[in-house]
Amino acid sequence: MATVTTPAGEAAPASSPAGRGSAGARGRAGRRAGGPWPRVTPYLLLLPALVLELAVHLVPIVVGIWMSVKSLTQFFISNWSAAPYVGLRNYRTALNVDGPAGRDLLHSLAVTVAFTLLSVGLAWLLGMTGAVLLQRPFRGRGLLRTLFLAPYALPVYAAVITWTFLFQRDTGLVNHVLVDQLHLSADRPFWLIGGNSFVALVVVSVWRTWPFALLCLTAGLQTVPTELYEAAAIDGAGFGRQLRNITLPMLRPVNRVLVLVLFLWTFNDFNTPYLLFGRAAPHAADLISVHIYQSSFITWNFGFGSAMSVLLLLFLLVVTAAYLLVTSRGASESAGRGDA
Amino acid sequence: MPEPRWLRVTRVVVLSGLTLFTVVPIYAMATSALKPLQDVQGPFRWIPSHLTLRPFADIWRTVPLAHYFANSVIVSAAAMLCSVTVAIFAAYGVSRYRFRGRGLFSVTVLSTQMFPGILFLLPLFLIYVNLGNLTGVPLYGSRTGLVITYLTFSLPFSIWMLVGYFDSIPRGLDEAAQVDGAGPLRTLLQVILPAALPGVVAVAVYAFMTAWGEVLFASVLTSESSRTLAVGLQGYSTQNDVYWNQVMAASLVVSVPVVAGFLLLQRQFVAGLTAGAVK
Repeated sequence: MATVTTPAGEAAPASSPAGRGSAGARGRAGRRAGGPWPRVTPYLLLLPALVLELAVHLVPIVVGIWMSVKSLTQFFISNWSAAPYVGLRNYRTALNVDGPAGRDLLHSLAVTVAFTLLSVGLAWLLGMTGAVLLQRPFRGRGLLRTLFLAPYALPVYAAVITWTFLFQRDTGLVNHVLVDQLHLSADRPFWLIGGNSFVALVVVSVWRTWPFALLCLTAGLQTVPTELYEAAAIDGAGFGRQLRNITLPMLRPVNRVLVLVLFLWTFNDFNTPYLLFGRAAPHAADLISVHIYQSSFITWNFGFGSAMSVLLLLFLLVVTAAYLLVTSRGASESAGRGDA
Repeated sequence: MPEPRWLRVTRVVVLSGLTLFTVVPIYAMATSALKPLQDVQGPFRWIPSHLTLRPFADIWRTVPLAHYFANSVIVSAAAMLCSVTVAIFAAYGVSRYRFRGRGLFSVTVLSTQMFPGILFLLPLFLIYVNLGNLTGVPLYGSRTGLVITYLTFSLPFSIWMLVGYFDSIPRGLDEAAQVDGAGPLRTLLQVILPAALPGVVAVAVYAFMTAWGEVLFASVLTSESSRTLAVGLQGYSTQNDVYWNQVMAASLVVSVPVVAGFLLLQRQFVAGLTAGAVK
């Protein structure tokens, strides 16, 4: 299953080896008719994109690695080349779990991992449930699909500020429902400070990301031929067996990318905690992006901040590589879909 | 095929729950924007004591919202135009040519999603500040710096979506144009682009939304004169008294353009997304 029923449906031959070969032959023919430097045409076409990505992403990362071995404190912001070289001292500070900075970083990492697992798991579960329940046509299905996408389409700051309002202790909707209407608690809990802030963070994150899972899985389900379900139904397979034996295996390629993207977005999420809590994130919801941001821009110690960022990137690289390795092994075992 | 009863019941129950989860915050936003101030200062009210449009008039005075709005429109539109233009050329190259390094493309796109924004925020901040000092072209605190930054955010995914669209256009069209003597550029502009227009529009909306909604870099790279909505909207909360009805009205106003665009184009969006993502 390489592509979908959408306009891209015809892209399938291009990604098969034979199709690619003939496309190349045509490309060569095109180049003969084209400009004076036929070989460089594709590179010229890609050049602006490459230059921009290099300038804004790769160069800063290299600079960031350079910054991380400097004692780049507030005194050197406008004259950064004068910052003294300190070797791996920033890294030692960050990794020393006995020191206060190292301990805070480790705590922040633990909070972020827990937040990511919970948030991605719930977002995927809601998206999957929604997609499966919306698979069969019924009246109002199109309306529901559009409605469910609204949280994803809202600008993140508008969405999170709205949740900040809902989570207000005295004037918010959440406490009004829980305390005044359902009487689940005698006193009004705080949601944006203290331990509950972790719950608030997960709720807002799931609210914003599950529509994306729904979007991808709905599109993925459209590629599953209905004949498969019909044949399974004739064989007497019920809903549960159809889900287990048709839907989930067919969605494997989509899920592989979806879960990875959700993981990376959620793990790196800065907007939700920053907008929900302001600059001072509560201890229980001290996500790593905000943690690095705060310790960089409050103390103006960019060297240390960069060291933590580089460590974060290494962590994500290892996790992503492990994930791709494990999932690709699984994919080649279930042969036939391996090329997707 | 008959459906078992429990499945129908489950569907109604679960979909109702999801609908409530989705709608209640949006309902609270919309109704609170129409509430008088005393309604949002006491316990939450599901129904406003009376409806008023005053918050929608007041939002422009409490903070310079029109100024932020103009900045957001300029920055997002410029980032969108640049991003789409650059993406069209790159996607054309990837879709129509075979060259060394072509296979790296999708790996690169996916890996850009991996970089935490915070990783290049600090260096970029320093680079912009120092480049400004060096050349006199202000990048830090200016809209130009934001436009350059934002266009690279939407670029990888825009290219990825457009490659999917371009791949779906039959190569016979290219060949016909080339027989008529059209070079690569004319083929792109006269044959490919018109055929891929829905995809281009979807990518444009995506690039606009990306720039419109970005918070992290906006909060660091802007000054008062170049402040965008992402930062400006927080201005209501830093006052001693939070005018929640105005905050909700402002949130509603800044959401309408992008939500409308997204929902109108969701079909193209899904098509482009899956064209790239499922490959």
